[in-house]
Amino acid sequence: MLEVLIQLLPSVLLEGLILGFVYAMIALGYTMVYGVLELINFAHSEIFMSGAVAGAETFILLKAAVPNPFILLALAILIGGAVAAIVAILVERLAYRPLRRRGTTNRLVPLITAIGASFFLQDLVRLIEGLWHNAFYRRYPSFEVFEATYTLPNLLGSVIILLTLWIVFWVLAYFAYWIYRAATGTKGVSRRASRGLWIASLVLTLLVAVIDRGTVFGDLGLTIQMKSILVVVISFAMLYGLNWLVHKTKLGIAIRAVAQDAQTASLMGIDPDVIITYTFLIGGFLGGVAGVLFGLLYTLVHPYVGFIPGIKAFTAAVLGGIGNITGAALGGLVLGMLEMLGGTYLTFLTNGAMGTEYKDILAFAILIFILLFRPQGIMGEQVGEKV
Amino acid sequence: MKKLLQNSAFLSLLIALSAIIFGYWLLQNPRSTLAFLLTLGALLAAFMLDIPRWLKVLVGGAILLLVVPMAGFKNSFLFELGVQTGIYAAMALGLNVVVGLAGLLDLGYAAFFAVGAYTWAIFGSKQANQFMPWHIFPLPGAYFYLFMLVAVVMAALTGVVIGSPALRLRGDYLAIVTLGLGEMVRVLANNLDHPVNLTNGPQGITPIQRPPIDWFIGLFDRFGIHMSRAEAYPLFFYFLVLVIIGIVTLVNIRLDRSRFGRAWIAIREDEVAARAMGIPLLPTKLLAFATGASFSGAMGALFAAKQLYVSPESFTLIQSIMILVMVILGGMGSIPGAILGAATVTILNVDLLKTASDYLNDLRNAGFVLDLGIFKYNFANLPNQLEPAKYERMVFGLIMILMMIYRPEGIIPERRHLAEMKEKA
Repeated sequence: MLEVLIQLLPSVLLEGLILGFVYAMIALGYTMVYGVLELINFAHSEIFMSGAVAGAETFILLKAAVPNPFILLALAILIGGAVAAIVAILVERLAYRPLRRRGTTNRLVPLITAIGASFFLQDLVRLIEGLWHNAFYRRYPSFEVFEATYTLPNLLGSVIILLTLWIVFWVLAYFAYWIYRAATGTKGVSRRASRGLWIASLVLTLLVAVIDRGTVFGDLGLTIQMKSILVVVISFAMLYGLNWLVHKTKLGIAIRAVAQDAQTASLMGIDPDVIITYTFLIGGFLGGVAGVLFGLLYTLVHPYVGFIPGIKAFTAAVLGGIGNITGAALGGLVLGMLEMLGGTYLTFLTNGAMGTEYKDILAFAILIFILLFRPQGIMGEQVGEKV
Repeated sequence: MKKLLQNSAFLSLLIALSAIIFGYWLLQNPRSTLAFLLTLGALLAAFMLDIPRWLKVLVGGAILLLVVPMAGFKNSFLFELGVQTGIYAAMALGLNVVVGLAGLLDLGYAAFFAVGAYTWAIFGSKQANQFMPWHIFPLPGAYFYLFMLVAVVMAALTGVVIGSPALRLRGDYLAIVTLGLGEMVRVLANNLDHPVNLTNGPQGITPIQRPPIDWFIGLFDRFGIHMSRAEAYPLFFYFLVLVIIGIVTLVNIRLDRSRFGRAWIAIREDEVAARAMGIPLLPTKLLAFATGASFSGAMGALFAAKQLYVSPESFTLIQSIMILVMVILGGMGSIPGAILGAATVTILNVDLLKTASDYLNDLRNAGFVLDLGIFKYNFANLPNQLEPAKYERMVFGLIMILMMIYRPEGIIPERRHLAEMKEKA
């Protein structure tokens, strides 16, 4: 059985990585809004959904007019992103800004508004789609170019297996050592011990590779579809672009300033309301593009499609440390891979008693676990309650 | 005129008269939604306005115990409405403890409802034979009352289990984690038909035993009112729900004024200050969570018995949100508010939206043509998707947003909460 598990590993991780890029792009929307407003924008999952639906409409409407699927995809991404960004700005203007103007100290008020906006948008899109087509399920058309499959070299699969084994061994060793330290009355793991664990787990990995070389370096048959390549390339470009925007441009500096301290930023001549609008615009655009990519991968979209990816992306944002942009991207990738691993291996490990239907639960379990034991996430700084 | 409206005697006369007129109208036209709403309006006015207490009790008793049951015999939908309102009112009161008093936003409240419902559904049907040896199931209907208590305990325990990790978190994280945990319970109910068949999966469990009502029929027989079983059950559940609402309200009022109630409010207002005053945070929050959950669990058992059927479909996120909307609409922390909110939302959801849908359907089928001179519209062209009854999420979402923007303290605000909401940042 172990051999099957190892053989499946590269393809499962690759699938997870592709899904993780989509999560990462949604997670950025949550984390950016949280950064500037300290608000969990529940409506973000619906902003994602409106992008996905708008993308589907673009594909269906322009399919006859634009024969080249790549140009069509570019158009769908632009329109999906734009529609999502407009929805995001409208939500901010109509629901969140009136609350800020009134200035209540109660934390529940904005949160409840966000939940209300989320539900309102679901049915609003359903109403529009229903009146337009008399049905609200939309399907992305499939193109042969996008469905084409490519085989990846076996070496890549072998490298993925080795890296994963290394990380898994390291995590296990780290936990064991941590428990040992806690049991003997000291806390934490020193830098030197940590380095030792890295080396020890590397040695263990190489040992496994030598013993089981038939599986690790065998014919893995790793394949990838064109549309998955597109998803990875586009989202990587988007994430890179966002990183540049936030760290190198004046707008990015202003966003970070408002996130740090809105009042002081306004003393420096930055209008927080304008910056908040920009934040929603950027987060909404990324969410919309993620929606189009999601539709490309899974074809069927509808007004309620946003809920599960939304909550997973939120988990990813928390995993990476909410408010931290790099963390959100990293959290998305990690969550995507963990989910795929869990979904595939749960059936194996429980002999079919627990199937893939539990993989949605896995994300919640991770969320709770992270919030309890490391609420600052992978990359976030300490977030204490302000008194 | 203004002076006249402040005159208690005049108001009393007005309310008594309107209760009689609307009540009589409802008895004559039990299918009229308008008459029903006006009767309830008279009830609400009697409660809200400044009139002598004996008149309040008289109007309330007459409408709830006489007019609605008598009209219900001609239109059993009123019982359905009454029982549903009652179930939701009790749950809204439970959520009110969690959200209103303790200020903990719980988005997975339907999970406890599910726990209560499945507690009775599994043992009150043949389902338990699937995994228990003795083949004595279904248990006789009289066990229902015992299992209502069991459901209370089970739901409270689930509350503690869910709460003890979740309640360590800050407010907004708590919301999303309870949402996740609520979904988890639903997924479990959906999938626990293998390896051991506990919940029968998506097919749900049916038929479920009901409490025996021979004594109830006998009681009415003595007064010369003869009912069949099918007629008596809705009436029985209606009265049962009224009794439960009474008990739950009483418990709620007592809790509100108790040490715990004040501790919850202190936590809601300022956690750090509450802790400084010596309130243990986690146990107090857990107590609020478990209390709220137990109300929901009891109503779950009742729901299973009334419905004869449970399936995971009944315990979705939209249920939790609906109960939250009731609490928000009435006013967080306010006991009459929770009841009013539950009544409004249930009537809106079960009755008004459906009536509007039926009305549009009739217009569509009749091919009604609206002719305003410049604007002409044939209702036969109306899209099938335009059915108000299917857009409950939009209605709930709109209520939440508008309430938060314009009246965050709710329709009947609680005193302390009002002060907090008016406080400026």
